[in-house]
Amino acid sequence: MTRADEYLAWRTHLADLPDERLEARFWELVERVTEPLIDLARTHTSPSIERSVLMRMGIDSPTGNGVVNELDKRGLLGHGAGHVVLHCAQQWDVDVRAAASKLASGEGWKDVERKWGGHHGA
Amino acid sequence: MAPEAGDKGQFRPPKAPEPYTPAGAGPDDWASRHPLDPEQKIDLHEILDGIEDYRPRRRGWTWRTPVEDQAIGPFSYRETSRSLARSVPLPAAKYFGDIDPQPDCVVTTEIASGRFEDDIRRMRMTAWHGADHIMVIRTAGQSHMDSLLEGTPEGVGGIAVTRKQVRATRKALDLIEDEVGRPVNFHSYVSGVAGPEMAVMFAEEGVNGAHQDPQYNVLYRNINMVRSFVDAAVAKRIMAAAGMAQIDGAHNANATAREAWKVMPELLVQHAINCAYSVKAGMPPENICLSTVPPDAAPAPCVRMDLPYAVALRDLFGQYKMRAQQNTRYIESCGREATVNHVLDMLISRLTSADIQSTITPDEGRNVPWHYNNVHACNTARQTLVGLDGLRKVVKVDREAPELKSKVRELKERAVLFLEGMVRDGGYFGAVQEGYFVDSGMYPETNDDGIARKIDGGVGVGTVVERAADYMAPVCHHFGDNHLPAGLNKPCDPIGGCTLCDERLIPFIDELDPEDNVNVRLERTAEQREKGLITPEVQWAGDGVVVVTMFLPAAERMAEFAALELAKAMNLREPEVIHKQVMHPAEGTLVEVRGRLEASVDPAKLVIPAEVQLVPEDEIRTFVKDYGLKCVSATVGNDEHSVGMREIIDIKHGGIEKYGIECVYLGTSVSVDKLLDAAIEHAADAVLLSTIITHGDIHRQNMEKIADLAVEKGVREKLLLISGGTQVTDELARSWGMDAGFGRGTKGHHVASFMVETLLARAAARAPGGSP
Repeated sequence: MTRADEYLAWRTHLADLPDERLEARFWELVERVTEPLIDLARTHTSPSIERSVLMRMGIDSPTGNGVVNELDKRGLLGHGAGHVVLHCAQQWDVDVRAAASKLASGEGWKDVERKWGGHHGA
Repeated sequence: MAPEAGDKGQFRPPKAPEPYTPAGAGPDDWASRHPLDPEQKIDLHEILDGIEDYRPRRRGWTWRTPVEDQAIGPFSYRETSRSLARSVPLPAAKYFGDIDPQPDCVVTTEIASGRFEDDIRRMRMTAWHGADHIMVIRTAGQSHMDSLLEGTPEGVGGIAVTRKQVRATRKALDLIEDEVGRPVNFHSYVSGVAGPEMAVMFAEEGVNGAHQDPQYNVLYRNINMVRSFVDAAVAKRIMAAAGMAQIDGAHNANATAREAWKVMPELLVQHAINCAYSVKAGMPPENICLSTVPPDAAPAPCVRMDLPYAVALRDLFGQYKMRAQQNTRYIESCGREATVNHVLDMLISRLTSADIQSTITPDEGRNVPWHYNNVHACNTARQTLVGLDGLRKVVKVDREAPELKSKVRELKERAVLFLEGMVRDGGYFGAVQEGYFVDSGMYPETNDDGIARKIDGGVGVGTVVERAADYMAPVCHHFGDNHLPAGLNKPCDPIGGCTLCDERLIPFIDELDPEDNVNVRLERTAEQREKGLITPEVQWAGDGVVVVTMFLPAAERMAEFAALELAKAMNLREPEVIHKQVMHPAEGTLVEVRGRLEASVDPAKLVIPAEVQLVPEDEIRTFVKDYGLKCVSATVGNDEHSVGMREIIDIKHGGIEKYGIECVYLGTSVSVDKLLDAAIEHAADAVLLSTIITHGDIHRQNMEKIADLAVEKGVREKLLLISGGTQVTDELARSWGMDAGFGRGTKGHHVASFMVETLLARAAARAPGGSP
């Protein structure tokens, strides 16, 4: 859609605002635009976010990538990759890096599915 | 929650995380135990040795340390910071005692030739020219790789930012910052579909700053908008924990929009969205930098047009930092033109404010930046900022001037209208779908040429999932809902520590590509390095690239093709015209040609004449004051040239008169008899004889003749006979009876130094300790 410059017609409701009020209005609107975005981030995750969790757990990135791919295939990313790896480490009595290696090579997923179910090809 | 009036951009003051200090080996400070020798090249093998265990010695961003009313040399400065321990001052510094005042703001340079082993050397050069913020750009291809890269991305090209590359660069910068005596910030990009992982790797490796702006992904990388924002919050939180400075991506709208000066209202909105989003993710405002560019360039009346925008920005974003970028939108192949535009951009920085002054290399319009153009860019900033030091103490932007006042207000109103439109059209996602951004109309004008993206499109679409009721991430500094067990001290307690708390847990992975890796590349240039062979280069060791500048008396197209032929005649391989500029449609064209020169010099076989040590100017003045010194001079033979002699003598040209030396100038076409007689009459100490070289050998005859005459008249021992001329050499002049000869490029200082040195030596020979 193209539109001519209708600034003068559009601005009438702003014309009498003092500068401070205009600036406050600017930031109020920014707040309205960004608040839903940050709420979305608070309640969602992504493969990259989960890989970043595994990295922070000291798991090298190719291994972390493998774990996240396996989790994503099973539709279990929403529980948290770190959560799954921690659960397995506790079940298997190994450290989280060893647990991640096993999961990345496609092993041990029965224990994951026993807790969270999971469906292939999700 | 509505902010208070004047409460600029502050939402819900967040719990800003304290920058962390991880446990582990601790700051081992290897760098301080291995200081660089300014006389030696940086040893790349030393950087790479033990890289798997290297740990950065600090986290977070470092600003310069401002010094108020700083006295440096003969001057007092208002906007400078602590001086460097080592640097290369600006060329004109020699007139002011080689001072090198450093501006108060951080100065950025972008270095990304694709090979970090070469970039490291360039970083060292730029640090010596005042850069303390080094940005390494990632390749676009890497942005689209949905995972962190530890190795080299085959087939992608460009600069992959890998852990090894980052760690080696930080290690080198630790050495370099010690050498120059000021912390150097290392910076890269947290963009693409691996943002949170890049942020973790950067935090672990001590990267000090990064670009992070989800809008950049959406608009310019076509990454799905939901994915981009969800990832960004996590990345920003990690960056905040590491104390990194963040730069946004708004400046790209200037570089992209068809009419860049019309996107100003939108730029205010883009900056605000990233600022507000970052604060919500936990980043302290003082680490959030707006990447702002004056949108116009001459021949537009750019300073007057851009100033209201700069003022509006600083009104609205008072608590954030300003990273002043320079305009690239209008950059052509003329380095001079680019430099002037950048100087005008910095005039705006100094009239308003800048916390970081970024630089663009003047060759960006014609090639990937070269070593010396990074240095030129840093010097343009250093020279301009220091030259404009304290401008605001004597010149003020007139906020009440009707034009400025109404423009500032108009920009703010248009930005508010833009935001009102976004809210009406479904918020951020709706507005992007409607093509609100990078439209060339000045909002509310639209030209329907904005960048529209679909919420269900782009790279990484459909990859975001909702966090389940039991979602858990047992690591520190994780943004968002996280259902950790109760009673923990730290989120990483269940796993016994995370890499952000204990850096011993950080795994190191070497480059994975067997061909394109640093060891293989260094092997290829080993001979050059080990033998110290000297080959010209612009970006990579041994690349052989040189540039030839030529004026050709031909019209543009003919000149271009003629230049390529001439380059071939100079044995330049793969010649390419990188700049041409019409001087006159018919009279001629300036052409710059690049080419590869397949030649190296072995320094072991190089004959270098000994450097002439000049008597310091103060000592010359003292000598002349104490003992007096008189010369008689002339251009001899049938020669009407006076310019050369006048430049040696005249105080106006920096000639020997400035030391108090008395000069009797007889003029041109003087006979040698007359010249010698005058010398005797004036009781001169020296005869200065100027001559051109002639086919008839007159120059030789004149020199021999005056030497013989001086012997005949019994004054040879009392007189210094000195000849000069464009083609005179010292060796020839001496062989023809002179005491010295001076050729092209001679300055008064050279001649005066020779006279004083010789007279002192003769006096010492006559009577050790006696006076001349």
